Amino acid sequence: MVAQDIDLVLPQGVRYALIGPNGAGKTTLINLITGMLRPDAGEIVLGEEDITALRPDTRVKRGLARTFQINTLFPRLTALESVALAVLEREGHSETWWKPLPAYRGAIDEAHAILHSLNLEKASYRLTRELAYGQQRLLEIALALATRPRVLLLDEPAAGVPKDESAELFAAISGLSRDLTILFIEHDMDVVFRFASRIIVMVSGRILAQGTPQEIGADPQVREVYLGKGRHG
Amino acid sequence: MESASRHLEAQIRWRRLETVFWLCTLLPFVAAPAYLQLASQIAITALFALSLDLILGYAGIVSLGHAAYFGVGAYTAGLLAKHGWGEPLSGLLISGILAGLTGYATSHIIVRFRHLALIMLTLGLGLLLYEAANSASWLTGGADGLQGVRIRPLLEMFRFDLYGSTAYAYSLVVLFACFLISRRIIHSPFGLALRGIRENALRMPAIGAPSRAHLRKVYSIAAILAGVAGALLAQTTETVSLEVLSFGRSADVLVILILGGAGRLYGGLLGAILYMVARDQFSGMNPQYWYFWIGLLLVAVVMFLPNGILGGLAKFLQRST
Repeated sequence: MVAQDIDLVLPQGVRYALIGPNGAGKTTLINLITGMLRPDAGEIVLGEEDITALRPDTRVKRGLARTFQINTLFPRLTALESVALAVLEREGHSETWWKPLPAYRGAIDEAHAILHSLNLEKASYRLTRELAYGQQRLLEIALALATRPRVLLLDEPAAGVPKDESAELFAAISGLSRDLTILFIEHDMDVVFRFASRIIVMVSGRILAQGTPQEIGADPQVREVYLGKGRHG
Repeated sequence: MESASRHLEAQIRWRRLETVFWLCTLLPFVAAPAYLQLASQIAITALFALSLDLILGYAGIVSLGHAAYFGVGAYTAGLLAKHGWGEPLSGLLISGILAGLTGYATSHIIVRFRHLALIMLTLGLGLLLYEAANSASWLTGGADGLQGVRIRPLLEMFRFDLYGSTAYAYSLVVLFACFLISRRIIHSPFGLALRGIRENALRMPAIGAPSRAHLRKVYSIAAILAGVAGALLAQTTETVSLEVLSFGRSADVLVILILGGAGRLYGGLLGAILYMVARDQFSGMNPQYWYFWIGLLLVAVVMFLPNGILGGLAKFLQRST
């Protein structure tokens, strides 16, 4: 999968949907932005800072977080431990080996509060691998939120979730802080048009169009190339 | 919110069974004074297995060359004593530091690889060091072993006697101290980060964690502990043979940890007891074939108790309560 000639600006607080047929390069784009892939050319700027040369973990520290299309969690950690891990990392405590975990009450409470805000409170003390699939999808988001991102990239957050639950999941996402810039990949057009304030259409590694849902819905090129052919490519 | 911290506290609190276990380690002094040398060897092997548990059980680094650091510690302590530095405690410290530095130096390569490549890499490093020690016979004594190691009495009070009571007391105290440190590490934020790496190395950078820095650190700590174990062996036996660096030692400690149960701190200790006692008994009966029984035990444990003997026990206890 390739992505080229991408020119994209994400202003603060906007909720973007990134759509396009399978193989259009949507996940590749997220991998490029987060540093999991290196671009051959071009630059990536976060706020005022050029982050093109930074490692993925350093980019996260700068406020750029992502989730994964396929659950990429910590199977034998509890939900609380997983989120606390991310909070402790953000606060710079992960190097500390002489103080026991319960001493970090602030971090643990924050992890707990994040789980609470996503309705995962009941899952706190259970191992991740024992959680229901939908809960695991939410935990994906909880982990990203624990890094306190300015920009959040969600790779098909509702992948594999039944339709009625996916609306719930997106309701939780749209309830997140308005300061947060969100870009999500999603195939369900009902969801896209309901939750996105702007839509980016990718086809064959290039951005075909971007604009408000109305503009995209009316764009003849998009209708022809993408929407007309069926949503799932 | 209150309950979250309390829940974590409950997970790490010192259990009564642990007190019982450590009290039992004192039994050889009264119940089996003829076996104190063996008990001392067990304590040393347990420390070595504990050090492997830190990298394998908690950070997911599979190593077939962990004897490298054990050997560096053993030769350092042995050479120090041979050349006049026979004070055991400072010798132990220096050996640990040198093994740790070796671990830190090699960790830069180790953390770049995973899975099969990692196993081959650790194996290669182990073989490298073994042959280096073998060929440097002017320093190490080569295949004849290092002779003339004289250790001063512990704290200038307790001589290392033939029965091994000083040796066992010394090894046991060092093991216990290292165990407490390891326990501290795994229950810290750093320990949680290690478990995170073990559980999903791919996710760690995505939550802002510099996995490689964490891995380098734990690898160096484990090398220190392995070096301390090696130094203990050199000091309590007053000799160092090439065997301390051998592939066999690396493989044995891996087997011990897998048998006992990795990622549980006590797994390596339990494994060391079982393995060493079994070797002592079986090799007495049938010296050539005793690995047959170890092989059988290993196959049985891996097939029926994938989390080791301790993992099996924990599951059994969970079910029965």
